[in-house]
Amino acid sequence: MNTNGALYGYAYPLGHYGYPKNKDWHKEMPKFTVKDLSLYYGDFKALNKINMEIPTNEIIAFIGPSGCGKSTFLKTLNRMNDLVEGVRVEGNIFLEDTNIYSDIDVIKLRQRVGMVFQQPNPFPMSIYDNVAYGPRIHGIKKKTQLDEIVERSLKQAAIWEEVKDRLKKNALGVSGGQQQRICIARALAVEPEVILMDEPTSALDPVSTLKIEDLAVELKEKYTILIVTHNMQQASRISDKTAFFLTGDVVEYGNTEDIFNNPREKKTEEYITGRFG
Amino acid sequence: MTTRKAFIAELNELTSKFKKMGEKLEEMIRQVYQALMEKDENLARNIIQDDDIIDDMEREIEKICIRIVARQQPVATDLRRVTSVMRMISDLERIADHCGDISEYIIELAQEKPIPTPKGIPEMIECMQSMVSNTIESFLDENIDEVERIIKSDDIVDDYFEQIKNELCLSMKENPDSMKAYMDYLLIIKYIERMADHSVNIAEWNAFVITGDLEQYMNN
Repeated sequence: MNTNGALYGYAYPLGHYGYPKNKDWHKEMPKFTVKDLSLYYGDFKALNKINMEIPTNEIIAFIGPSGCGKSTFLKTLNRMNDLVEGVRVEGNIFLEDTNIYSDIDVIKLRQRVGMVFQQPNPFPMSIYDNVAYGPRIHGIKKKTQLDEIVERSLKQAAIWEEVKDRLKKNALGVSGGQQQRICIARALAVEPEVILMDEPTSALDPVSTLKIEDLAVELKEKYTILIVTHNMQQASRISDKTAFFLTGDVVEYGNTEDIFNNPREKKTEEYITGRFG
Repeated sequence: MTTRKAFIAELNELTSKFKKMGEKLEEMIRQVYQALMEKDENLARNIIQDDDIIDDMEREIEKICIRIVARQQPVATDLRRVTSVMRMISDLERIADHCGDISEYIIELAQEKPIPTPKGIPEMIECMQSMVSNTIESFLDENIDEVERIIKSDDIVDDYFEQIKNELCLSMKENPDSMKAYMDYLLIIKYIERMADHSVNIAEWNAFVITGDLEQYMNN
């Protein structure tokens, strides 16, 4: 494992899963540094030389029209695009000081960088087993330890009180909003550093949406959250920084307040004010 | 085909109503000038009544702004425009109030022993009138250069105020029989000076709409 803390002048203590855990050391270091990132689906260039620094413990929103590359970019951050045939990546992405496209254990990467998808996708098993799945994969077998992880994760996902008396119930039997929070708990159970959310509330009702948003704001105290959203009001409500994507480029990236009050780029202004044509 | 047609129509309605409020106010200021020069009590009374029209316009525009914010969630320039209009109409309404205040003193002057209109007052009113007209125009045209000129014009009005005030003080000493009339003029020029200040406020909010910088012009 690359422990070149000299890159940023730090030495790193290691956490439970073997990766740096002391976030105080990294307050000044970006969580992700993206350098000249391009991505191709075959001959089609979906991302064009993206450069971006993503700070720690903030919510970063990615906005843009359909097909602009925001979900593609999100999925480069935990190499979910590797699963797509014909994908080719150029450039580098550093998770703190680790180049995630070098020789790295992708499973461990996805433990550090968890993901929640647009459609809630709990496994067809009990709520308990859904949340315990990740820790079990990583070798945790002791029941008391798993119980503690499941309870902590469901509490962090703000759903413990609703499901604590039916942990053995099939996760598919609860509402969409509850399923999505179970999926978030599942991601939290392996103690990630980053949570990627790809339109996590598109399929949910307004009340569930607001619960997920409140949850994201609570979670950013401990995690870095990146969220792709078509809902610009959501981006302006909860994110600290916003990146506007258009046809594979990042047109503008900055503090959310600046983006929505006084964007620098005309295209950003046109998009966020809804002036097409 | 441009999207958000309904929203754009509402913004245009807002601009149109703001323009109408500005035009009515300009008319009131012209009438104030005329009433003051001619000591026309009837005209002064009309101006006082017309203040209600401006108040109604202010309330109507306020409702439109709140409706736009609630229903359309404006951002960026649209948000700056809507929130700034809410502040600007308050200044326009205060200018109209001062037209009424001056008119009250015109009525008193008309009933007192006449004295010559102090030197500088017509020019002071003209300067202030120009500031009000230009500030409304610069909002409609989104003209940042005009904003800066308006802010500088305030110094001219302030200079007139000081000059006329000193002359009035002198006149009060020399002609104590007309002390009341001179005091009325003193208060009138104070209101004119405040009207110019309100124009500057409007110009500063207009600068915020155009540039997005809330502090640059207001701190200066």
